[in-house]
Amino acid sequence: MRVTGTGKPAIVVDGLVKHFGDVQALKGVSFEVPRGTVLGLLGPNGAGKTTAVRILTTILQPTAGRAQINGFDVVASPRDVRRSIGLAGQYAAVDENLTGRENLVLVGRLNHLSKAAAGARAIELLDQFHLSDAANRPARTYSGGMRRRLDLGAALVTHPPVLLLDEPTTGLDPASRQDLWEVIGGLVADGTTVLLTTQYLEEADRLADRIIVIDQGVIAAEGTAAELKARLGETTVVLGFADAASAASAVAVLAKHAATILPADDKGLTMPLRGGPTTVRDALNALDHAGLSPTRIDLHEPTLDDVFLSLTGATA
Amino acid sequence: MTSTTVTDSRAAAFRPTNPAVPMPGDGALWAVRDTLAMTWRNLTTIRRVPQLLVFAIVQPTIFVLMFRYVFGGSISIPGHSYVDYLMPGIFVQTCAFGALNTAIGLAEDKGKGLLERLRSLPMSRSAVLGGRVLADTTRNVFVVVLMLAIGYAVGFRAHTNVVMVALGVLMLVLFGFALSWIFALIGLSVSNGEAAQAAAFPMLAPLVFASNAFVDPAKMPGWLQAWARHQPVSAAADAVRACMLGGPTAHKVLISVAWSLGIAIVLSPVAVRRYRRL
Repeated sequence: MRVTGTGKPAIVVDGLVKHFGDVQALKGVSFEVPRGTVLGLLGPNGAGKTTAVRILTTILQPTAGRAQINGFDVVASPRDVRRSIGLAGQYAAVDENLTGRENLVLVGRLNHLSKAAAGARAIELLDQFHLSDAANRPARTYSGGMRRRLDLGAALVTHPPVLLLDEPTTGLDPASRQDLWEVIGGLVADGTTVLLTTQYLEEADRLADRIIVIDQGVIAAEGTAAELKARLGETTVVLGFADAASAASAVAVLAKHAATILPADDKGLTMPLRGGPTTVRDALNALDHAGLSPTRIDLHEPTLDDVFLSLTGATA
Repeated sequence: MTSTTVTDSRAAAFRPTNPAVPMPGDGALWAVRDTLAMTWRNLTTIRRVPQLLVFAIVQPTIFVLMFRYVFGGSISIPGHSYVDYLMPGIFVQTCAFGALNTAIGLAEDKGKGLLERLRSLPMSRSAVLGGRVLADTTRNVFVVVLMLAIGYAVGFRAHTNVVMVALGVLMLVLFGFALSWIFALIGLSVSNGEAAQAAAFPMLAPLVFASNAFVDPAKMPGWLQAWARHQPVSAAADAVRACMLGGPTAHKVLISVAWSLGIAIVLSPVAVRRYRRL
């Protein structure tokens, strides 16, 4: 049974300001997250992402502005907010000396589940997160990926309607990251509202319905992944050739296909990947007809560095 | 909020099958239950890392051997054999250093992000500190009983009865409990276990060593005597000596209880306030 407020958005943040002494971590941030959707909060270290999450979890008091979760104000009704959220963070806040099962039971008990309910829920979560075999081992013996899964499990003990994930995959290997993404995807499919902070464009792209780019305490851009990418630059294909003459001929051949072919250097060229994979096929076919064959092909995705350079002109 | 149409098997796996409904309850009752849950957690940790408990015994044992056999011959205490005078001081020292664990434990939980998670839960705001202090107090009982056995092994003898010795142990435990609240404040103010240890020692040293725990303050310079006679470690050592060695007891016990309760009553709300505003 989930604690529900009114029919308002699951998360409402309005003019949030947070000062730490002279440092302005948040300088007036506003956004809303409709129920059952995922908002990605994207930004470099020190952008204010974690500060925003800590205010939403009632751990930190805002200097000004207001924030509501599930219809409850974080300052006026912190207990109701805490009942509405699950928090999983970049530190994998599990107790290393407790077993996986004990960690989950403890969180269940502290959420005021009965002993039986906390025990049953722990078994259920261990199973869902593929930790059953390690259930009775101290968490200090777990791998990084297992700890994150346990941490996420702990956030889900009471089926919270709102999940706050602070850089959930930072420091994980690619396989564990994929694994965690699938788990989060499953939760979202089941109707959970998620606010996710990340430094990885790919992660936001994969999980988030909408993305807010935050930099130095202000929102630098917001939109869907597609909208942002259109603003941030596009995926390009880089083709390399054996010599400068071939590269020049290739530019001439491809100019008929796409308008914006740019010589990348004297032996290569860059073309936008607007039509998806078929663009590459058509380009390679055209080159083949002209008797040209590239020696190298690279895809160039816009990176977070590109994002910040283009959005803020700041030192990313 | 009930779940909407489940479209794939992965979503089904995350649909609540166990309602996991929080139980209703009254605020004070929850504070007690949350505190006990945290106490259980901290005691489990102590059990899982037995080396810590071993070191907790080794350190005061070294002090016993050093003062009993190295310095003891040069120290004379009117009216007592030195080992009888020394051991109550050692017990108090053991409890004082045991309270250091409160600072280290909290600082480590803070450093590892565990406090962030706990603070995001709908649990009692005093339970994290209460559970820490209770667990460390329980641990102190265990260590004090062991030190009592070690004392007997090196020649210490109580001159009263079992009830009075038990009262002495109670004095020690109450004293450790009170000091734990001081160290809780220190633990919450630093960012990791090493820093907690470094910050706590300068507080502990003047309390434990500039006291009557090991020597008679009568031989200290006058300004130091004033401190050494009127501070909680000396008060606790006096009370424990009275309980275990005999002589006028009630007044000394009352002074030590007043110190311990005073410290706990003043500092526990301050520490909880600090926890809430981390």
